Amino acid sequence: MKLTVDRLHVTLDHNPILRDVSLRARKGDIVGLVGPNGSGKSTLLRTVYRSLRPADGVVRVGEDDVWELTPRAAARRTAAVLQDTGGNTTGLTVTEIVALGRAPHHGLLGRDGPGDHGAVSDAIDRCGVRPFAERDYASLSGGERQRVLLARALAQEPRLLVLDELTNHLDIRARFELLDLIVATGVTTLAVLHDLDLAARLCDHLVVLSDGAVAAAGPVLDVLTPDLLADVFGVHATTGRHADGVIRVTYAARPLASGREPAADVSSPCRKFRT
Amino acid sequence: MIVAISVGAVTVPVGDVWGIVLHHVTGAGTAPDDPALDQIVWNFRTPRVVLAAVVGAGLAVTGAVLQTVVANPLADPVVLGFSYGATLGAVLVITLGGGAALAGLGVSAAAFLGAIAAGALVFALGQRRGRLAPVRLVLAGVAIGYVFLSATSYVQLRATPTELRTVMFWMLGSVAGAKWEQIPTVTAVVLVTTALLALFGRRLNVLLAGDESATALGVDVNRLRAVLLVLSALLTGTVIAVAGGIGFVGLMIPHLVRLTTGADHRRLLPLTALLGAVYLVLVDLLSRTLNRPNELPLGILTALLGAPFFLWLLRRNKGLD
Repeated sequence: MKLTVDRLHVTLDHNPILRDVSLRARKGDIVGLVGPNGSGKSTLLRTVYRSLRPADGVVRVGEDDVWELTPRAAARRTAAVLQDTGGNTTGLTVTEIVALGRAPHHGLLGRDGPGDHGAVSDAIDRCGVRPFAERDYASLSGGERQRVLLARALAQEPRLLVLDELTNHLDIRARFELLDLIVATGVTTLAVLHDLDLAARLCDHLVVLSDGAVAAAGPVLDVLTPDLLADVFGVHATTGRHADGVIRVTYAARPLASGREPAADVSSPCRKFRT
Repeated sequence: MIVAISVGAVTVPVGDVWGIVLHHVTGAGTAPDDPALDQIVWNFRTPRVVLAAVVGAGLAVTGAVLQTVVANPLADPVVLGFSYGATLGAVLVITLGGGAALAGLGVSAAAFLGAIAAGALVFALGQRRGRLAPVRLVLAGVAIGYVFLSATSYVQLRATPTELRTVMFWMLGSVAGAKWEQIPTVTAVVLVTTALLALFGRRLNVLLAGDESATALGVDVNRLRAVLLVLSALLTGTVIAVAGGIGFVGLMIPHLVRLTTGADHRRLLPLTALLGAVYLVLVDLLSRTLNRPNELPLGILTALLGAPFFLWLLRRNKGLD
């Protein structure tokens, strides 16, 4: 299902967080949302999964404004995997976590039917979590947990996936495994990614946010230019398609662009490696 | 329950208890020969055991729901201030005696109002810009609890020794005063609110995933939290009003069930209600047999008996590391 974000403005505590942000993803696209910390990426995602009401502008999933849909109807279209630290999942098994994805398909009196068990089982198989399906979620490794959360999202049978830093803190193999899983779903995806090289590899299109506004948007090679990487991210790097067809971001020997260097503690032992 | 009815200051044979209860409930069989026996079994013991079961179930279910609503394993009616509100209400009526009776308030009604007042305060102070944040709710509950506790202590200072003894017994909880007249209301409230809370089982599960994830799963987190808090305050207020401040049950029974059968609320809530009921019947039974013919308050025994078992279970369980 296509996603259209049109002229979005978001204000939190009278501070503008997003200014005039527009983006679109066609059905089946994987769109990457990149930008420095605090540029408004997670805020933009919140407007998409209907957690934050924009001050102005509209988010459409399919043809409908998400705020015209009920919370449950919106959640039947859009599933999200987030960096959520507030919960307490102690005592829930992997299967029980994945089954949470069926919640938007039921009212208060709804009971699980064969359709629910099928969707849960299918999601468990697709994400390869069957071997530990009956284990306590709290006992899993970071990579296993993210696969479980992705399975929960797939159990929602969504037509749009929203992913916030899905691969953070994961080892390199777990990262590539997750990327393969996302591509295999075929679902339209909006993914916040910190790793630019990973974003270049995964996404059809990138949207770069800087200070709450879109700095650039389009195909990866058009967006991640040396100028933009220096201006927005403060690093010297080049982006190019290699002989094997993969687009890679290559950071310069001295990657820190002048004038954008983070204010580091002078006595920090790391500093001598940076400059 | 039948055994619990038969044992007490006077022990009645189990067979006789069956006969008497069956006679009253179904009208079958003959009325017992000994009216005193009938009086003990049907008018004193049976309502007492029923009330213990209902109160235990209510406290345990509230604890289970509150722990999820505020995302805190330490939450229970005490931590959120409900119990202290009820205590202040009860202690005021006990010490003011005639004055409060003039206002038409009994100890139970005052305790109920105190719990609801505490619930309303937590609700009002626990939100900011229309959002009920879990940490804010817990801190508001604890702070409000302390205020009620201070007020209670001050009132106690001015009480006579006799009043103080009544206050202490009330605060430690008891179902000794159970009467048939109380049973229908309390049972109805506990059954209906527990059934309503159980309907929210799936959404309570979703709440375990964290607020943002729950929102993305189609749950209106703020409204759910509000509804659950109101139901919890109502349930707590009702059971504390008739049985006093019984601790431990609301905190520990839900954890016992989680540790043994998992955290899915659709299983957790019914099992918690059941175990809470059985546990309090058992504790009440011990409270009137350990030191016959004297009775011990329930609050002394609930923790004394349950804590060692709970700690054993805690050590055995690896999932919490």
